[in-house]
Amino acid sequence: MIELSGVRKAFNQGRPNEFWALNGIDLNIAPQQATVFFGPSGSGKTTLLTVVGCLARPTVGRVRLKDRDISGLPERFLTGLRRRTFGFIFQQFNLIRGLSAIENIMLPAYPLGGDWRELKERAEFLLDSLRLSHRRTARVEWLSGGEQQRVAIARALINDPEVLIADEPTANLDTALSMEFLGILETLAGQGRSILLTSHDPLVVESAVVRRVVTLRDGQIVGDR
Amino acid sequence: MRIWIEKQKYLIDFTISSLARRKVKNVGLLCLYTLIVFLLASVMLFTQALRREAAASLAGAPDVIVQRMVAGRHDLIPPDYIGKLGGLRGVRKTEGRLWGYYYDPFLRANYTVMAPPSGGEDGVSTGQVAVGQEVARRIGLTRNAKIALTAYSGETVWFTVAKLLTRESELLTADLVLMSEEDFRSFFGYPAGQYTDIALTVTNPQEVHNLAGKIANRLPDSRVILREEILRTYESIFNWREGVVLMLLSGAVIAFAIFALEKASGLSSDEKREIGILKAIGWETGDVIKMKFWEGCLISLTAFLLGYTAAYLHVFRFAAALFEPVLKGWSTLYPDFELVPTLDGFELATLFFFTVFPYALATIVPIWRAAVTDPDSVMRGSL
Amino acid sequence: MTAVRLGSRLARRSHRALAFLTAIAGLFLLTFADAAWLRNCRAPGARAQAELAKRLGLTDLCLFTEARYTRHLSQADWHSAFQDHPGALEHFPSGSLVPPPAIPLHHANLDRKTKISD
Repeated sequence: MIELSGVRKAFNQGRPNEFWALNGIDLNIAPQQATVFFGPSGSGKTTLLTVVGCLARPTVGRVRLKDRDISGLPERFLTGLRRRTFGFIFQQFNLIRGLSAIENIMLPAYPLGGDWRELKERAEFLLDSLRLSHRRTARVEWLSGGEQQRVAIARALINDPEVLIADEPTANLDTALSMEFLGILETLAGQGRSILLTSHDPLVVESAVVRRVVTLRDGQIVGDR
Repeated sequence: MRIWIEKQKYLIDFTISSLARRKVKNVGLLCLYTLIVFLLASVMLFTQALRREAAASLAGAPDVIVQRMVAGRHDLIPPDYIGKLGGLRGVRKTEGRLWGYYYDPFLRANYTVMAPPSGGEDGVSTGQVAVGQEVARRIGLTRNAKIALTAYSGETVWFTVAKLLTRESELLTADLVLMSEEDFRSFFGYPAGQYTDIALTVTNPQEVHNLAGKIANRLPDSRVILREEILRTYESIFNWREGVVLMLLSGAVIAFAIFALEKASGLSSDEKREIGILKAIGWETGDVIKMKFWEGCLISLTAFLLGYTAAYLHVFRFAAALFEPVLKGWSTLYPDFELVPTLDGFELATLFFFTVFPYALATIVPIWRAAVTDPDSVMRGSL
Repeated sequence: MTAVRLGSRLARRSHRALAFLTAIAGLFLLTFADAAWLRNCRAPGARAQAELAKRLGLTDLCLFTEARYTRHLSQADWHSAFQDHPGALEHFPSGSLVPPPAIPLHHANLDRKTKISD
């Protein structure tokens, strides 16, 4: 489904502090599978996630999404593609303070201009399925860590993406909440979605929902099981 | 089209919630902005209306007024001047005017005293006066009341109020006291046959400049004032480029410019973070810019509509009450007038352009840079 | 539209904002209607005023009654504002509100023989 060929990614290219986060990645990600990018800090796993999720372009190499080369697409098309295909859950959640849970969830769908009532119903359905209906109008800064993460998950799902991307999803959660999160992932995987995670949490790497672990070190793949 | 409309509504949804999150600051900004529009629009409407009033009311002013100058100052018109002017070709009618000023030491007010042309419907009998509404109000006069004026000779002269001039004419007659020619001459000590100035009616208004030249030749010590010059005086009244008006407006405009520049100089870290998140969750650069444009538009449109409406009510329903202290200055008498609304589309459009667009632009400019943020910076946590 | 439907429509922020904008735009447009109505109401008074001005030969609005050169802007000689001293600062507040008369534009320059005395 997603194919990376010879992908290299540099930051501050041409400057004294030039840094290559990815150093030649060849990767094929199959659909309807949960994959973890595992490795220590600085191994390039977050960068790999941004390239796979079309948040950033590779400096060298090609990215293909469903047999379509997307490396050179202009930003407008890339954004549209990203919106339709991927849902993101950020490590810091990155919810917009001051907005309610339901407003945060609906945000990614705003640029699509769809029917408001339908969008609201979809958001309420997601809240309900994540057991957050009682907090739908609460401002996100008043929610607990676990609740905020569920809002982040719901937001990632509002456009019904094929691929869910999560960066260190359990980094800010305790064990109980981490287990709860993995339970939600299992449900989503059961719905036929592809899931891509980065993590160095053994709880995630060794969970039953994860089918493939890709290990990175210094911007290169050193393990794939 | 429906999708486009729905999308704009979503952008407005987000904009409003964004504004609501900094409620105090944004309400303050809106109030200040509305006040500026209110001030500018009030001055604009008031000035337009006064100019129109002057043009309409003074359209019937004498075609030509001839004054006599001695050492650069006004002097009385000698008896033979009227005859000299009447003989000029192009002059249909000559009329000596009798008018002057009276200072009331008790009210500390200046009245304009006039002897209306004889035989007209405004004439008053000897011993009687007609007074303007403001004079009547200040002294407490009604019909048949008595008023005492002190002549230059020191003598106190009593007059009976025959009538009050109309309320509708206050803008012209608020301080007017009309008396008969006989009373005027005896009160002010005007010698018989002398006048304050001469009003001419001409046969052909197109020839009035030539006539002015002829008058100057025939009476070298005269000063000629044409009606068009009278009207031009009032066309430039309260010109926004001058005097106190400019000071009033510039203070307000500078305050607002500082505010807008502060906004244009950059975004807060919160705002930058928000834009980064929006980009990361699927908003395009264009969506972010449009959203900010709506923010600028909503605020500036609201300020303009509210400011203008308030200005209209202020000028035409509350007689520009806020300007009264400025206009009144040290005057004791001030007319109670109702202006007729005059709407100049060009000036309204100028007001709209200069109040709405700068702010809308000031809102978008700082956004441009932030809107092209790499969305992956959100992932890397570098927001 | 029933109250319930209207209420649910206004649940959305953009609808509330647009409703508010429409309302104040309505007030804005109403000022034009009011202006037309006032013009109509005040027209007879304005006509009467113009006729009185014509009969009496009035030449100036009664706005500033502080001094003779502020009361009769179009009639004042050029020197009365400087009667105390040529370099005297403006006496009266209203002097700063109105510019000098536009009359000089239509007279010959002062450095040569004038056609019409000023």
